[in-house]
Amino acid sequence: MNNSQLKNALLRLGDDALILGQRLAEWCGHAPALEEDIALTNISLDLIGQTQSYLSLAGSLFEEGIKSDDELAFLRSGREFQNLLLVEQPNGDFGDTIVRQFLFDAFALLRAEHIAQQSFNPEAAGIAAKAVKEIRYHFDHSSKWMVRLGDGTPESHSRVQKSLNDLWKFTGEMFISDEIDRSGLESGLLPNLEELKKEWDVKIDDILSKATLVRPEDGFMQTGGRKGIHTEAFGFMLAEMQILPRTHPGASW
Amino acid sequence: MSDLPHQEINGAELVIKVKRQMQDVMDPELPFLSVEEMGILRDVIFEKDHVVCIITPTYSGCPATEVIAEDVLTAARVIDNKAEVRIAISPAWTTDWINKETREKMQKHGIAPPEGSSHDRSFLTGEGRVIPCPLCKSKNTKLVSPFGSTACKASFICNECLEPFEHFKCI
Ligand SMILES: [Zn+2]
Repeated sequence: MNNSQLKNALLRLGDDALILGQRLAEWCGHAPALEEDIALTNISLDLIGQTQSYLSLAGSLFEEGIKSDDELAFLRSGREFQNLLLVEQPNGDFGDTIVRQFLFDAFALLRAEHIAQQSFNPEAAGIAAKAVKEIRYHFDHSSKWMVRLGDGTPESHSRVQKSLNDLWKFTGEMFISDEIDRSGLESGLLPNLEELKKEWDVKIDDILSKATLVRPEDGFMQTGGRKGIHTEAFGFMLAEMQILPRTHPGASW
Repeated sequence: MSDLPHQEINGAELVIKVKRQMQDVMDPELPFLSVEEMGILRDVIFEKDHVVCIITPTYSGCPATEVIAEDVLTAARVIDNKAEVRIAISPAWTTDWINKETREKMQKHGIAPPEGSSHDRSFLTGEGRVIPCPLCKSKNTKLVSPFGSTACKASFICNECLEPFEHFKCI
């Protein structure tokens, strides 16, 4: 893969983590229980940490000069973000947040495990090796909540089933390959998404069956995030995320 | 340091002095443990004409990393005013680097230390594993949340003495 393809692959890794991290941070002070408030914001913190590493690395590959992780996070416009649509979806209720997390964690874990083991880009491997340890905890946490809500009360069951049905249309995008994924696969940096899908299916099905939830049919899948075409909620989230550094350029603690 | 321009800088000696200085740099989140005991300080080396302290974050987003970098730098600069701090994320930090004595210190301070090795997956999330209460030593404890007050800790409760306590997660 060439320099620009590598840069974009790293931006995607960073953007997925950044946008989900930002969404989870919105729960700060609002989660249904103190423990969950702490859990969601801790996961957010891990994701923002991973973002810093991936975006710093991506930022070193810009031809017009090095860009910092902060510049990339706070000064890019919506169309320049390449995150999955799944991670930008609004928090909704606690069940929506858990389903979004669960679907993404399973994918992110498999992807990071691959990147940690490739030798095409050792720096990315180092970031991913660290991320794997963290995502394992995230996936364990979201899986346990899936089971607790799915196999819980009739109300928690029906609500989390609805969350799953609603978010399912964003799962297809994770496994679509474009030029960047293909070049990443050739160089060894990125996993084979078709193979990864099979492993993802196993992880998802295992937990859904324990949670007594029904896996939705693969129908219409909404895509666009990788091309910078986002859902409506994304712009509002970005405005909130970027307002401070854009209003007060160079502001620091 | 060497204000005499002709004096040779003794790198090895500087490294020894800086390492000694590092014993007093504490982890801000566990102020009874040094960054060295925590495995955060990976190495002190001499490069060209100055000392470099290499540190690694415990978790990717650990907010203490910046504070630690600053504390390490301040301590190192007492010995070598050109000293530098470098953050290396690879190899990824692991609780395996925390030795037995350090784990005992955690225990004494009311934090249940990491159990076992990070290579054993069953230790990761505490499934079917007993984390004894650091206060009353009872094994009758329960995981409240795999997340806690800092990125590296999980929250537990002791069913015996009813005290909540933190457990340093194995990663
Ligand atoms: Zn106890």
